[in-house]
Order: sequence, then structure tokens, then C-alpha cells
Amino acid sequence: MLNILIGVCLLYVLALFLVAFWAERSALRGRGRWLRSPWVYTLSLSIYCTAWTFYGAVGYAARSGLEYLTIYLGPSLVMFGWWWILRRLVRVGRTQRVTSIADLLSSRFGKSNLLAALVTLLAVVGTTPYIALQLQSVTLSFSAFAEYDATAMSLISHDNSAIIVALGLAFFTILFGTRNLDVNERHHGVVMAIAVEAIVKLFALIAVGVFVVWGVSGGFGAMITTIDQSALVEWKGQGSRWFGLTFLSAAAFLCLPRMFQVLVVENENERHLMTASWAFPTYVMLMSLFVVPIAVVGRNLLPDGSNPDLFVLSIPLSQGNDTLAVLSFLGGFSSATSMVIVASLALATMVSNHVVMPVWLRFTENRASEFGDVRRVITLARRSSIAFVLFLGYLYYSMSGGGEALASIGLVSFTGVVQVLPSMMGGLFWRGATRAGAISGIVVGFVVWVYCLFLPSFGHDLVFSKSFMDLGPYGLAFLRPQALFSITGMDPLVHAIFWSMILNTASFVFISLITFPSPIERLQGAQFVNVFHHSTAARGWSGKVAQSEDLMVMSQRIIGSEQAQNLFRNEARRQGGVGYLPDPTPEFLERLERELAGSVGAATAHAMIAQIVGGTSVSVQDLMAVADETAQIMEYSNRLEAQSNELTRTARQLRQVNEKLTRLSVQKDAFLSQISHELRTPMTSILAFSEILQDGAGLSDDEMTKYASIIHGEATRLTRLLDDLLDLSVLENGQVNLNLLRVDPAALIDRAIATVQAGSGRSNIAIKFAKTESRISLITDPDRLSQVFINLIANARKYCDAQDPELLISMRQRENRIIADFIDNGSGVPNEDQELIFEKFARVGENKAGGAGLGLAICREIIGRLGGEISYLPGQGGGAFRIILPLERS
Amino acid sequence: MKKTEPLIFLERRTYRVRRLIDAIRLVPILGMLLWTIPILIRQDANDPAPISSVMIYIFVIWAILIAASFLLVRWITRTDSSWDSLMSGDETSD
Repeated sequence: MLNILIGVCLLYVLALFLVAFWAERSALRGRGRWLRSPWVYTLSLSIYCTAWTFYGAVGYAARSGLEYLTIYLGPSLVMFGWWWILRRLVRVGRTQRVTSIADLLSSRFGKSNLLAALVTLLAVVGTTPYIALQLQSVTLSFSAFAEYDATAMSLISHDNSAIIVALGLAFFTILFGTRNLDVNERHHGVVMAIAVEAIVKLFALIAVGVFVVWGVSGGFGAMITTIDQSALVEWKGQGSRWFGLTFLSAAAFLCLPRMFQVLVVENENERHLMTASWAFPTYVMLMSLFVVPIAVVGRNLLPDGSNPDLFVLSIPLSQGNDTLAVLSFLGGFSSATSMVIVASLALATMVSNHVVMPVWLRFTENRASEFGDVRRVITLARRSSIAFVLFLGYLYYSMSGGGEALASIGLVSFTGVVQVLPSMMGGLFWRGATRAGAISGIVVGFVVWVYCLFLPSFGHDLVFSKSFMDLGPYGLAFLRPQALFSITGMDPLVHAIFWSMILNTASFVFISLITFPSPIERLQGAQFVNVFHHSTAARGWSGKVAQSEDLMVMSQRIIGSEQAQNLFRNEARRQGGVGYLPDPTPEFLERLERELAGSVGAATAHAMIAQIVGGTSVSVQDLMAVADETAQIMEYSNRLEAQSNELTRTARQLRQVNEKLTRLSVQKDAFLSQISHELRTPMTSILAFSEILQDGAGLSDDEMTKYASIIHGEATRLTRLLDDLLDLSVLENGQVNLNLLRVDPAALIDRAIATVQAGSGRSNIAIKFAKTESRISLITDPDRLSQVFINLIANARKYCDAQDPELLISMRQRENRIIADFIDNGSGVPNEDQELIFEKFARVGENKAGGAGLGLAICREIIGRLGGEISYLPGQGGGAFRIILPLERS
Repeated sequence: MKKTEPLIFLERRTYRVRRLIDAIRLVPILGMLLWTIPILIRQDANDPAPISSVMIYIFVIWAILIAASFLLVRWITRTDSSWDSLMSGDETSD
């Protein structure tokens, strides 16, 4: 029996891996529209229903009657009320590219990392017991089976099943949670897996319920009578707990890190909220429908003293219905695993973004452009954070001994996490909320929670002695942990919720009222509160042109080179320029910061940009915009400012063009003298030697041959120069005939490398060619394309000035284009020459290697004819050229 | 950032959408009120309220709220208003 169970379990886990893997693949290939359906979103919300609710709800009902319903009523109310809070929360989360609840608060309150770290700490403390609870539920359900199968008892002890589960979950989460540092922090594989698990657990619970009502009790009517006869679940109608718990579960629904992850971060489309607004309440209603019948029947059927938390399992087992028992086990298993996966993922994002990254950033201060591969650091930080969080959960589980004490921790945990609520709501709805207010509110709430609920929850004499609980510290009765201010008679849980919330909100509001927010806080506050109006960001940055390249280097290392290059190029296009380096306008910096925030969180992204650009400059105008008081003047001055910006930009462009023209003219003059020189030198020797030959007499045959070959060589050089000129003029006039064939460009590159190396004699450059993909085929003119490749490789050989020159060629296919990069390790082309190198006769600097400066101009013309483009790629640590070619010439 | 004068009258369809949104806003408030009723039931140790009727009451309310939410959402999607106008429209004028 137990062996079968383990087998089923493994199969199930394997199926989950496959589902997750398949979802990731579909998402990667841009297929799988269903991945983005509102149903998947709704189902993913069901991680709210953990093993604590799957098993525990029945136990809860058996102990305290209908009160268990409050745990579901709260979230239902939040979903019904999506228009009030969730709509706003999701929009803010998407526009600010929020990665976690800590990130939301830090972003709202001036990108403060202190606040983010504080929320992270709170979340870790609040979630660890909860993860422990899930591990406990899995081990308990294993042992429930073992009770009916004594032979297998030795096979599984509590501890090793918990550790196996913890390891398995860590593996799954690391595999699918940190595969790609998605800019949006979305994890299709994980979301799909938990959606499947949502169906499994709902189906399992309903199956058990149907079995209990129609299989054991004999129908609906009989069930109602049985329920009414059972004294165990009588309606006590305890008002304060009913209110308190409904509020608590509603608040927890918004504040739990894992809920925030699925509600806001993984949200694909705001419209999904509309479906979820009724579908999610339906889901939790079905989850709670059969809880009371199962509890009542369990009480009647099973011997006294059996654990009501396991009725869902032990009823089918005692009735000998093994299939149902296995199904129910899978349901509990699903609930536990999906919760742990998402919770550890959410916590790991928080820990790595708000604890690890800032520390790391501090160590590498002022060296933004020398960062190592930041992506690797982030991924590593995430992975180790996942392992760390799960390890903490396991540690808590084994320390607490997995006893009854753990079962009551669920609500304790909720109360801790909801300390974020006042600051979050204040941040969303009140522009006057400040960072100091938020920090003080959370700290006060946290302290009250620890003092009134968390520490006492360990039981008497473990942390607080009984006399301490009854008489207060040092006999100060008004500080009794469960009767603050001497107000006695409150339920301990309600007492803690009430006081922590009141004191938290009070200090949040009070400190907010008496402090003054910093400019960034005010800007962010306006953006959060008026999220549906201020769709454009207020500006906080002012950069200098020279910093673009540094920014690009940094972005490449965070969001990946391809994404960064696309971002920069699109921005450059939008600004009306070419190439990869846009002007660092405030708008662009703002956008860049948000893109980076999607990977590393708002605070870190802000700090990283600040390292390069320097401090934030918030102008008086920006503050006036925030104040929103002098809208008329603002608008006028805004327009003036826009115009003056526009003028400045145009002037800058004109200046650039002028400079370019001047340089071109100088170059043209230089070329004329150069070309005269180039033509003159061979001419002179041809003339001289042909005169000698003319006078012929007295020359030996050897000498004759030597002179003739010199004449021939010089004539060849002349011809080559003239050929190049002719070639260029033909290309420029568009009279060229292309000989289009289907070829493998990789083969062309190989051949080009061979040609250059054969022709050079002393080939001192190391050439590496990285073909990343399988065969690419391309319709193009092979001869012309080879000419370009040869030219680029020969250039690298000629101009690369590194100690050990090295050229790295890479080629890959992106959609219907081919991208080939030629990157050497020399000093590259200086910034001011980058736009000139493709011009005719352009030669950078006073260069040793002779050449008429036609090569790159010819390359550009050829690539242009082939329908692609060639450009200089800055920020690669050397001279770098990129060719983009369409697969088929249109 | 531009402040437009709020219109006094709206086109009929926009008006309808606004009222639908009002209805959506009211659903959770209604739920809160209705779900509070069970705790107002008098606690009498000798004659406790039958648990099954309280339970059925709560579930019926649940189903009604779900149905209301479903119908309202369906109605509002059928008005063809764009999502963004839906999202930002409600705060400027009524």
C-alpha cells in the first residue's frame, strides 16, 4: 500500500515536471495562448488553499464549528471587491514592474531599500512556520497511511520524508523558478503546474465529500440531520472572532508574499481580474462545501482521539476505499507543494533583490561599469535563497517537533504578514503617506505581533513564563501580552489582530503626518495614487550623452545583451537616431530603470543607475507637477520646456551633422592627397622602371624580369585601388546585379576565415567562430557576402591592437533574421568616430596600416543591397560589428 | 496632468457603464452586510440556532454574490467599452 502510494506520488511529481516543462517551452516559442487565459490565472490563485486548509479546515470545523468559513469569506470579499483594491494594485504592479510585495512598498516609498529589507524580514519570519506546516502535513499524511499498513512503518520515518519533500521542492522551484530572469518575473511553468495542482486538490476534496455525503451518510437529507444532531459543531456565533478572522483572511489574501506573487506579479492581463472576481469565490466555495459533513462524519465514525486534521484521509482509509484515500492524499500533497513552491519563489525574489543584491552592490560601489556578470550573481542569489528559505522551513519543522503547536501557527503567521497592510493601503490611496510613516508602522505592528501572539504561541514557559503572561513584565499589568492596556476578556488572536493593526495604523498615519517626504517619494506617491491618470512617468533623471555606453554595458549584464541591445536600439530609433546609443533623456532613463527593476527590484535598479548617472535631479517643475496645484502654469511651462528640449536636441543634432560634414570634408581633402599619393607612388616606379627597360641595353635577363615584375606588381596595386573605387560607385548607383543562391552563411564565414589566414602570412590573430545554432540557410549573394566577411576579418587582423589579438565571431538566428557579430578585443573605435567609419575614405586616426578607407563603405553598401544592415556595436569591450540579414531578401 | 472640466451629462451608454461599475463596487459591501447577519443571531445556550441552517444561509449568500458578480462582469464586457476607458473613466466625472 505504502509502496503504491510512493509510486503514485513519484508519478504525480513527474507529471508536474512535464507540465511545467511543456508550459515553459510553449511560452518560449510564443505559442500557448491558453497559458495566458483567465482560467489559469484564477486557478493559480488557489495557492491560497494550502495543506493547512485542505486538511486543517476539517480539523478546524471539528474543533470550532463554522468559524473555518471566515478563512474563505475574507478572500471572497476581496475578489468581489476587485474594483476597490485589486484593480489598482495590479495596475500599479504592472506599470512599476513590481517584483514582490517588498518591492511594491520600497518603490512607493522613495525606492527605499531599508523598507524593502524590513518587509522581507517580516515575510520570512511570517512564512517560515507556514512552510514548516506544509512539510508537517505531508509527513502526517504519510504516517496516516502507515497506521493502516504497519509493515511499512519502518520504511518512512517522519524526518526523512520531510527532508525528501523539502529537497524535491527546492529542486523544482530552482529549476522552473530561476530558469530565466524574465524581465517581468513571470514563470509560466510554475504557474501552469500550480493550476494543475489546483484542479487536483479541488477534485480530491469534492470526491471525499461526495463519498461522505452519499456513500457513508446516505444522502443530503440524512446528512443535514446528522449535522444538526452533532453537538460538536454548534453555532456559537462568537462575533469578534467572526469579524476578526474574516478581516484577517481578507488582509492576508492581499499581503501574503505568495498571494502577491500570483495576484500581481504573475498577472498577464488586467482583464483576468474580471473572470477571477467570480471564479475564485466559486473555487473556494466548492473547497469549503463539504468540510462540515466530513468533520461530522469523522467524529461519528472514527474512534475518539483520532486527529481531526486528517479526517479527509482517515475516513476513506477506515472505509477501505483505498483509491479515494490515495486521491485525497494527492490533493493534500498538491496543496502543500504548490504553496511551498510559490512561497519560496516569492521569498527568494525578495531576499535576493533586497538583501543580497544591495549588499553586493555596496561591495562593488562606484565600479558599475566593471561589474562581472550581474545576471549570474542574481541567479545564484535566487537559487541559494530558495534553498535557504526551504531549509529554514525544514529547520523550524524539526525544531518544533512537528506537534500540535504547529497546527495553530497558520493564523499566527497570517497576523504577522498582514502588518504590511496599513502601509500598502496607505501607499495606494494616500499621497501623504511617507517612508518614515511606513517604517514606523511596520516596526510597531511587528513588535506588537511578536509580543502578543508569536512568542506566546510557543506555549507557557517556553518563552514567556506563566506569571509573565498573567501579571505582565515586572508586574506591570497593562503590559500583559494578552491583555494590553488592561483590557481583558478578548480572545488572544483577536486581541493581537486588534492592537497590532490599531497601533500599526496609528503610528503610520501619525509619523506620515509629521514628516516630510523626499522628492522621489512624492513623485512615486503621485504615480501610485493617480495610477489611472498619470500614465506617463514623472522625470527624475538627467544624464549626459557620454554615459550611454556605460548604461548599455550595465544593462547588458543585467537583462541580457540581446534584450538590452534591442531596448537601446529602439530608443535610439524613437529619438530619430541610428545605432545603439540613444541620448540618455530623462524619459529613457526612467524607462530603463523600470526595465531593470523587473529583474532586480526598484531599489537596486535605482541605485545602479544612480551609480552611473550620478544623483537624481528632481527639478522644481517636477515637484510642482506633483503638487498638482498650479496646473495651468505647469502646462505652459511644460510646453515651453518641451519646446526648449526639442530645440536643444535639434541644435545638438545639427551640431553633430555639421561636425560630421566638416570631418568629411577634411577627410575628402585628405583622401584626395592620399589617393594622389597612392596613385603617384606606383606610377613613379612604373615610369622609372619602364624607362630603364626602354633603354634596355646592358640589362641581364634577371634584371629585366625583376623590373617587369615590379611594374606588374605596382600596376596590380593600382588596378585594385581603381577596382575598389569602381565597385563602390557601382554599388552606390544601384547598378549591381546580385547572384542570389541559398547558402549556409556559417560556411561562408569559415571560408572567409581561411582566406584571410592564407593571405596574411603572419596570422597572429586568434579567431573563434561560435556557431550557436544548427544549420541556417539564407538566400543571398554568396560572393558579395563573403567579400563583407573577409573585409571585417581582415580589418580585425589589421587594426586590433591588443597584446594577444582575438576575434570572436558569433552567428544566430532570431525569427526571420540572422545576426552575426564580429567582436575583437582591441581598443575599438572611439566614440566620436563611430558614426564616420562607414563613410568613404574614412580612416580612424593616423593609422599604420595603409588602405584607402573604402572597405567598410563597400561593406555597408553590399549589406544594404542584400536587404540587411551593418552597424558598429558599442559597449562590447573592443571593436565590434554587427550584421543583421533577413533570411530572404524582400 | 491636464485638468479637464468634468462634464455634467454623459452619453447614455457611458452613463450605463458608470452605474454598472457602481453595482460592482457594491457587491462586496452587500456581502459584508449579509455575512454579518449570522453573528447577530441571539446566542441562547438552551436553544442554539441549528447549524445546518446557518451553513446553508452562508452558502446561499455566497452563490448569490457569485452570480451577481458574474452577471455584472459579463454585462460590462458586452458594452464594448475599452479596458482603459473603463479603468480611468470612473474617477473623472459621473
